[in-house]
Amino acid sequence: MIPDLGKYAAEVASAYAVSLVMIAGLVWFSLRQSAKVRAELRRIEAKREQKNG
Amino acid sequence: MIALLRRDLAIAVRAGGGFGLGLAFFLVVVVLVPFGVGPDTATLTRIAPGILWIGALLACLLSLDRLFALDFEDGSLDLLATAPIPLEAVVGVKAVAHWLTTGLPLTLMAPVLGVMLNLPGQGFVWLVISLALGTPALSVIGAFGAALTVGLRRGGLLLSLLVLPLYVPTLIFGAEAARRGAEGMAVNTPLALMAGISFACCALMPFAAAAALRVNLR
Amino acid sequence: MQDDPAALKYSRMKSLWEYANPKKFMQVSGAMLPWAAGLSALCLVVGLIWGFFFTPDDYRQGSTVKIIYLHVPAALMAINAWLMMLVTSLIWLVRRHHVSALAARAAAPVGLVMTVIALVTGAIWGQPMWGTWWAWDPRLTSFLILALFYLGYMALWEAVENADTAADLTSVLCLVGSVFALLSRYAVLFWNQGLHQGASLSLDKEENVADVFYHPLLVSIAGFVLLFFALVLLRTRTEIRKRRLQALMNRERMG
Repeated sequence: MIPDLGKYAAEVASAYAVSLVMIAGLVWFSLRQSAKVRAELRRIEAKREQKNG
Repeated sequence: MIALLRRDLAIAVRAGGGFGLGLAFFLVVVVLVPFGVGPDTATLTRIAPGILWIGALLACLLSLDRLFALDFEDGSLDLLATAPIPLEAVVGVKAVAHWLTTGLPLTLMAPVLGVMLNLPGQGFVWLVISLALGTPALSVIGAFGAALTVGLRRGGLLLSLLVLPLYVPTLIFGAEAARRGAEGMAVNTPLALMAGISFACCALMPFAAAAALRVNLR
Repeated sequence: MQDDPAALKYSRMKSLWEYANPKKFMQVSGAMLPWAAGLSALCLVVGLIWGFFFTPDDYRQGSTVKIIYLHVPAALMAINAWLMMLVTSLIWLVRRHHVSALAARAAAPVGLVMTVIALVTGAIWGQPMWGTWWAWDPRLTSFLILALFYLGYMALWEAVENADTAADLTSVLCLVGSVFALLSRYAVLFWNQGLHQGASLSLDKEENVADVFYHPLLVSIAGFVLLFFALVLLRTRTEIRKRRLQALMNRERMG
């Protein structure tokens, strides 16, 4: 299945690895930040609900 | 406006702000370079124009954070903003004052340091001309950066990060003109391009800087 | 009255600007986000797998040609992200829509990562092709400068405390930065004529890449565009929530 990359195997594989890791990192970081802010907002809004009624 | 210019110059000289410090910094940078690259005169001759340009640029950067900061802190910038002269003119005057206290002395001092770096004889005149044309651009671009960061507590470091990429075109053309001059080649193209950038910056950047200042004074 | 073209045009305009309302934006983006994310994942997987496994080697560049499926889309998005920031900054300065400013803020880190990917894959590609990791080639150098602009822009956002002031200052920086980025591009070209091949996607048939390489490249470009879109939606939503959180906390402190 793995194609024969010839003498440049290391270069091609590392290019893909580095890029995918960076994209994954960006996506993970964005998702984590989103989840964190969302949870915090929910917490504060729930608290306000309680206080108001 | 003349009064403002005179006041700014007086402050710069009296408070020992950019004036002596920038020149001393320029000297130190140029003295350090041979320690880094070795005392070989052929190497130094080759890199001299670039080193002198980078040294001048860094020395110029050094005093930028004080361009508006003092006036911002004591509130006189608010007064200037409501004064009858437009804020763009205030920025322009301050940039001129900055140039007179850093850019001009740096330009005049560069040939002296050029001797130390073994700059070829034909290069001196082009080095001085390129610096004389380029340093005004450095001052107005710097004024824009200073206007962006004026309200910040740790603005100095951020200022460098913002301003240095903006210096790239000026540096490229300026150093190229000085290098070609030193090697006895035609300098017309880079010199003309740099002069163009310099004049365009002087004409337009005060508006951007004034816009940023207005935001910060709000 | 409804048939009056001006009124019609106005109502259409209004409907477009309605998306700048944070509440409306949250609704629409919430509905769009899963689709954008799913489609981008699909395109990326198809494009990259197609490119990596099922394309022949180039007769001159060998298997390194496969790097094109990362390098070109990333470079494309690095520039387009800055263009998008420029447009949203202008919209913020002219029409004062908060969503617009926040979208520009959300796009910057994505653009920076794209720039870094383009630089790194370029360096890895350059090693066997040009015999050096880093050459001061004009395009490489321009991207390095672009990365510096992204860094400065993000640092300014972080440094300014007041949100509206930060939005204004970064917008002005984005405008001025665009002019200087363009200037630097040409200055660098003047400074060193490069090793780079001509544009590989130009309409000029002579220089164009062959179809075998071209089709998977299009898919993976689509994947990168969608990925950028999805990430900007997600991050803008986060920024809006953050802003609301800040407002709520301020109100709490007051009352």
